[in-house]
Amino acid sequence: MADAPAIELSGVGRRYGERWALRDATVTVPAGATLVIFGPNGAGKSTLLRVLATLLRPHAGSASVLGEELPRREWAVRGRVGLLAHDALLYRDLSARENLRFHARLHKLGEERVEALLEATRLLPRADDPVRTLSRGLLQRVAVCRAVLHDPPLLLLDEPRANLDPAAAALIEPLIGRESGRTRVITSHDPAGGLAEADIALGLRDGRQALLGATGEIDTAAVEALYR
Amino acid sequence: MRPTMALLRKDLLLERRAPESIPAMVLFAITTFVLFHFGLGRDEVDGSLAAGVLLVTILFAAILGINRLFVSEQEEGGFDGVLMAPIDRTALFLAKAAALFLFLTLVELVAVPAFAILLLGPSPWHALPALVLTLALVNIALAAVGALVSALAIRTRSRDLIVPIVTLPLLVPALIAAARSCAPLLAEHGDAWPAAKWLLMLGLYDLVFGLLAYAVFDFLLED
Repeated sequence: MADAPAIELSGVGRRYGERWALRDATVTVPAGATLVIFGPNGAGKSTLLRVLATLLRPHAGSASVLGEELPRREWAVRGRVGLLAHDALLYRDLSARENLRFHARLHKLGEERVEALLEATRLLPRADDPVRTLSRGLLQRVAVCRAVLHDPPLLLLDEPRANLDPAAAALIEPLIGRESGRTRVITSHDPAGGLAEADIALGLRDGRQALLGATGEIDTAAVEALYR
Repeated sequence: MRPTMALLRKDLLLERRAPESIPAMVLFAITTFVLFHFGLGRDEVDGSLAAGVLLVTILFAAILGINRLFVSEQEEGGFDGVLMAPIDRTALFLAKAAALFLFLTLVELVAVPAFAILLLGPSPWHALPALVLTLALVNIALAAVGALVSALAIRTRSRDLIVPIVTLPLLVPALIAAARSCAPLLAEHGDAWPAAKWLLMLGLYDLVFGLLAYAVFDFLLED
């Protein structure tokens, strides 16, 4: 029997006050696949990520993440999703090690996992510096460590390679790349790069779904049209 | 209890690393005592006036701490990470209330002796155990209500307005009981122990508001 889809959205909408930031999002993502979301600023990409992360409740439609219906069983999703957002979701006055140890305790993990990630991302030399003193690139690496700390089967990545030089991007690839084996939802502004990474591409514009298809069905011109 | 301890430890570490709440609360309390000194035009106060000055000052100083209680979560951006963790969200309430309780206790370790030196006429030594007990019960009340209101206010744009407007009326019963408890302790030739009914009322307030806050806190964090 085939695995249940990791994500099933049907007509999902979310509003802030009276304004709909996202409406009629409908997409199914099989387990282990990568969904890449394109769209200009304010199109609803981050809102969709936050709905999938259980941080926002959908106001319309039905949503299922990792086989659990949202928002009714959102508690069952928490701890199984890793979010790499625009904000690093870190405490600036704590060091990378302190931040990761704090999250490890919340996820009932041992400190060896923290040390392994610090080593894998070559953060050990700066692991005890407050994260407010780190460059954007180093901060992004700490944020990646936090997102994958608990080895989540679903990763939600908001422009994950922003601020990273090629060497740093290569460093985090085993953690958040296709080879990690996780289901991934990635937002991107890079049509060619995003499509190369995607199994399914979703385009949003003004909160509405403007594009959906498997990678082979969509070309870069269609994605670029979203930004015009 | 492990998530609660992790959250509390993080809050204490943040306050130690970048002290904000405690120094502000201490400075506020001492400044207020000086203002009372000049405002009342008296060198010394005792009895119910002393109890009122001490408790209102602690209450207002607590408002500063309550206002800041969840700010680190939002300013630092770590709150979403906490909300996505597989923990009972009431752990967050317990941790925030415990942190506020500890902050208040530390503030009082400085503010109460300062009050005794700057304003209080009679020596409070004879009634110290009862005073400590009363202030501990007051701190529990402030911590329970403060953690609840702070979580409510953090999601609004007018946090600075909502905290005092909601917190102060909720704390009126606790303030009445605490003032009646403290008044005989701070009087000239006063009692060593307050009437049991006022301590009982404070304890009951702590229990009711503690349970209420525990029960509704989860809903406040819902989107």
